[in-house]
Amino acid sequence: MIEIQNISKTFKLKKQTVRAVNGVSLDIHDGEIFGIIGYSGAGKSTLVRCINLLERPDSGSVVVGGKEMTALSEKELRKERRNIGMIFQHFNLFPSRTVAENVAFPLKYRKISKEDIGRKVTSLLSLVELSDKADAYPSQLSGGQQQRAAIARALATDPKVLLCDEATSALDPQTTHSILSLLRNLNEKLGLTVVIITHEMNVIKEICDRVAVMENGRIVEQNDVFSIFASPQQPITRKFIDSTSVLYKIHELIAENSEVTKLNDNEKILKLQYLERNASEALISAVSRKFSVDCNIIFGSIEIIGNAPLGGTVVIISGTEQDIQDAIAWLREKNIQVEVLKDGKNN
Amino acid sequence: MEKITELLGRLMPNVVTKIPELLRSTGETLYMVGVSGIISFFIGLVFGIMLVTMKKGGILENSFVFTVLDKLIHLFRSIPFIILLAGLIPLTRLIVGTAIGTNGAIVPLVFGTVPFFSRQIESALSDVDPKLIETAQSMGCSPAGIIFRVYLRESIAGITRVTVITAVSLIGLSAMAGAVGGGGLGDFAIRYGHQRNQVDVTYVTIVVLLVIVMLIQELGNVIIKKATH
Amino acid sequence: MIFGVSYARIVLCVWQTLYMLGIGLIIGAAAGLPLGILLVITRKNGIMENRLIHAVLSIIINIVRSVPFIILLVYVMPVTKVIVGTRVGSTAAIVPLVFFITPFLSRLFESSLLDIDGGIIEAAQSMGATVGQTIIHFMLPEARSSLVLALTTGAVSLLGATAMAGAVGGGGVGDLALTYGYQQFNRPLMTSTVVVLIIFVQALQTAGNSIAKKLRNGKK
Repeated sequence: MIEIQNISKTFKLKKQTVRAVNGVSLDIHDGEIFGIIGYSGAGKSTLVRCINLLERPDSGSVVVGGKEMTALSEKELRKERRNIGMIFQHFNLFPSRTVAENVAFPLKYRKISKEDIGRKVTSLLSLVELSDKADAYPSQLSGGQQQRAAIARALATDPKVLLCDEATSALDPQTTHSILSLLRNLNEKLGLTVVIITHEMNVIKEICDRVAVMENGRIVEQNDVFSIFASPQQPITRKFIDSTSVLYKIHELIAENSEVTKLNDNEKILKLQYLERNASEALISAVSRKFSVDCNIIFGSIEIIGNAPLGGTVVIISGTEQDIQDAIAWLREKNIQVEVLKDGKNN
Repeated sequence: MEKITELLGRLMPNVVTKIPELLRSTGETLYMVGVSGIISFFIGLVFGIMLVTMKKGGILENSFVFTVLDKLIHLFRSIPFIILLAGLIPLTRLIVGTAIGTNGAIVPLVFGTVPFFSRQIESALSDVDPKLIETAQSMGCSPAGIIFRVYLRESIAGITRVTVITAVSLIGLSAMAGAVGGGGLGDFAIRYGHQRNQVDVTYVTIVVLLVIVMLIQELGNVIIKKATH
Repeated sequence: MIFGVSYARIVLCVWQTLYMLGIGLIIGAAAGLPLGILLVITRKNGIMENRLIHAVLSIIINIVRSVPFIILLVYVMPVTKVIVGTRVGSTAAIVPLVFFITPFLSRLFESSLLDIDGGIIEAAQSMGATVGQTIIHFMLPEARSSLVLALTTGAVSLLGATAMAGAVGGGGVGDLALTYGYQQFNRPLMTSTVVVLIIFVQALQTAGNSIAKKLRNGKK
């Protein structure tokens, strides 16, 4: 649906030159929900604006729905933009217009009758569950309601793509969840391709299929969401996941040399990750019996990512070297990912 | 009724005898302000829109036109109105056929008001949240669409506010124009109030002017209230 | 002689304009600033809320502002006579000029003061500052650059008004343009005085803008 090839965008400010986007290439598939995460200033907003050419990339190509956006004339560009909807962090509803008038705004170009416009607005408002607020003004709405109205407006021209620039960053967690549910519904119902820009891993975890991690204008890691959570490669990815997953706290604790992670010679810290809902305690006590090792559980958690469970436990295992190795081998046979995080022998 | 006339006669001896002339002067002022106001409004609106859209980063960026317009406006704003009145006489004669009378006042009044009003409009339009402009662009809205459906529509309150300010200023200018042969309340006040030292005339003229100003301000407030949601 | 006018005359006129502008601006600002401050602090939710004072002040300022300057000139003459002793001359012209510019400046100053972040006032109050301290240590410093811009706008307007002051014998460059230029059809003279005025305005504007910019950047 969207093919971005090696685009770059540089801004010249008074005292410095900022390379907001530095050679980024991405493929976003039809009908998927694709997330782009990064800290403030990573270039994500600029990147998403290069998709509908609100920012024109200095180099590279952007193809949306088969059309090369950078090669279009002004008029053609405007036409193509009607195939791409966009919602923003601060909703950007027109204050002088009611919700219904806001939603009807993009329809002016359609040359359809007033009744048809009215019908379309009504159906859009019911799609976002805002039918009762058709005649309200934005100043009378809550944040969540305003974003729903903005979504309805963005969908008025039946776009194939919806770009979401930090769309939930100004909303409380509950409202964020309801907006994300709405977006997922729309994705399933309409086959809408959704691109989500955010700095919150929770958002990615909740509805994205694939995610790209951005840092300093570059994509540093990209994968389907489950794999990113199961085996993150980059430190920055780990940091993002840390903010949502307790399991990854262990890295911090080890680095700090916390009391919890102090080991004797015959101890190791293991991280076990499993893909099914195993009775981890049962496995652990089985391991203890079978191989005469002791297991002390530090952390345990299980999360649903996408639709799959990702579980993990961090234990301190103590015993002879041979017994520990046997235990690790046995666990691996049982399809459990075992990672040795710290070895007491290296004290 | 008799008593009131008598009372008025004692308080404002000079005015009472000149009611018809007072009314005529008021009419002249309203005519000057009305005609030059309407012309200045539209020209100023166009210029203001041009300033906002053609500046750097604007939706119709054109630094040449912008700079020319910007400098011209600055030039005319720097000229005190009374000098503008004098300096424009040949041009006025060319356009209207005469340099005196209410019609003769209209050309300098427009030249004196348009630069000020254009800047005010530019300011009011700039107050529109730039994010709204970006949103309209993301929806494939044309520049004309953005001008009318976003800039103008979203700044109705601001435009009204600056129009009221300009109208009041225009009334002041018309009084000056009147003094050099334009007629109107300014001329009335000066001829009788100043030159013949009939102070009550000055008072009454001020009151009439105040009434006009207050009506305009009230009208503005009503419009602003209706446009604010 | 240049353009038919003696150098001495020109120098005199320039001096008269500067004199009227300078004194008028100083008095106008000295009177306008307290008024502007009053307008801000006595309004609803202001730090010295007083609806009566605010309403009265607002109405008086509106009334004076609504009177066209030319009529103000005329109307204020008796007052001028009392203060200055005469109704003619540059010093006499200052009286109506001050009446004209003070309400204008007070509205401009009011606008500048209203533009500052409400959070600053709140911070001042939470620190237990008195009204006076809030004004002097919080409001005025924050609004410095905006106040300078407002003063510049006022100065440019005042310059235009001084041109009218020639009508009461105040002299000045405006009067020069009119008496010699207009009434004696001396176009080159009129054009050159206009040019001088434009340069003057440009100078005022540039000076004002750069001072305001320095004050604004100095804060960071």
